[in-house]
Amino acid sequence: MSGLKFSEDHEWIEVDGDTATVGITDYAQEQLGDVVFVDLPALGTELAVGDDVAVVESVKAASEIFAPLSGEIIEVNEDLEADPSKVNESAESNGWFFKMTIEDPSELDGLMDRDAYNAFIAKL
Amino acid sequence: MSAPLNHTPLFDLHVDCGAKFAPFAGFEMPVQFPTGILKEHTQTRNAAGLFDVSHMGQLRIFGSGAAAWLETLVPGDLTGLEPGRMRYTQFTNDSGGILDDLMVTRFDDHLFLVINAACKTADLEHLNAALPRELTIDVLDDRALIALQGPTAAAVLARHANDGVATMPFMSSALCAVKGVACVVSRCGYTGEDGYEISVPADRAIELAELLLVEEGVGLVGLGARDSLRLEAGLCLYGQDIDSSTTPVEAGLVWSIGKRRRRDGGFPGDAVIQRQIKDGTARKRVGIQALGRAPARARAKIIDPAGDELGEITSGGFGPTVGGPVAMGYAPRDSAAVDTLVQVVVRGKPLPAKIVKLPFTPQRYFRG
Repeated sequence: MSGLKFSEDHEWIEVDGDTATVGITDYAQEQLGDVVFVDLPALGTELAVGDDVAVVESVKAASEIFAPLSGEIIEVNEDLEADPSKVNESAESNGWFFKMTIEDPSELDGLMDRDAYNAFIAKL
Repeated sequence: MSAPLNHTPLFDLHVDCGAKFAPFAGFEMPVQFPTGILKEHTQTRNAAGLFDVSHMGQLRIFGSGAAAWLETLVPGDLTGLEPGRMRYTQFTNDSGGILDDLMVTRFDDHLFLVINAACKTADLEHLNAALPRELTIDVLDDRALIALQGPTAAAVLARHANDGVATMPFMSSALCAVKGVACVVSRCGYTGEDGYEISVPADRAIELAELLLVEEGVGLVGLGARDSLRLEAGLCLYGQDIDSSTTPVEAGLVWSIGKRRRRDGGFPGDAVIQRQIKDGTARKRVGIQALGRAPARARAKIIDPAGDELGEITSGGFGPTVGGPVAMGYAPRDSAAVDTLVQVVVRGKPLPAKIVKLPFTPQRYFRG
């Protein structure tokens, strides 16, 4: 399996047809520590690659999340409001942040696969 | 450009325990351990946390008249202290601003001071510049400082020291052997919980920490949880909540200025501070609770419902015991009353908040 794609900003992207589910990687949650709040975007927000889209707050700091693709927000994970610790417990599944449309599929080519991401974090 | 970071005597222990480090006041300090900040925080509130605070400066002032002399630099009542008792006070400047906050313990033949790590050099210059010939300063570079904080701290320490430690009152201090190691044990701390700060020879620090860490319910705690604990307890962090531009009166620290000192003055900035105690200040330190879930952090603006700026958050974050955002900052006197509705600006968005009473969590010191 592992059809996930990864960005250098430590997001994972799961592509399903012309939409993508986005979250932060297990490595990222580990670095952040205990997540206490996730500020998610409004539905319908239009994004270009690299735009600020969300903020994840751990006890110690706030970290910006950038849009890994261009598109529009179509769903956000409302469970994170009541239980932001889901990001720590299952960053790469139940801890997803939002779903978005994929405006330009060629942008996916700029993302890494699992092996490339593992190699990328090994060098950090 | 940056100098190499110092290590405390407990550094190797932190490495062995898997600490994540960050530079703090010239030291490479543990921010958190694998347990994580939330659990470290909760453990301290529910059982006991062990903190390395060896980065702080420890010094002794010897000579007769040391207390009376130090009173010329701080507004705290030191000559009124019984031997073995301690006081929280501040070095002030001529405009009443705070140069550092510190703990002063009076012993029979000396004063024992604990000062902030970031202010160590400046404090020593400040002290030495005014030091009379008959007094001497002894900087205790060869000692570590370990804080054991939490409701089970007393029972834990009593198993390794004489029973007296369990009954010593809050803000008292004693020379005490802990498993044969000569320590200065003080019943104080900066978490809002009962507990101790233990000044121990550097070469015995790891041994002492390990002795305490094997006790049930005791865990290592990093600076991350130290910050959330002191913030919930409404305690000021120097350089954030107080600095040379804030006075002890604005900061709500008048309780630390004894009656005699308020009346007689005799410390830098006394006229300003006496006038502020009498007439009040234009602004004061307040607790701020955001009504939503998003924490407002230091430097976030506090605005009134009309959008006009009131002040700034000086410390803010998530309070694990409160279970939501906690903050403190400065607000004008007429907007500082408890329950005043304000807004805090987080990432450009005004969020509803209100002024609340400090502390956020009750202080649970041992009063005997």
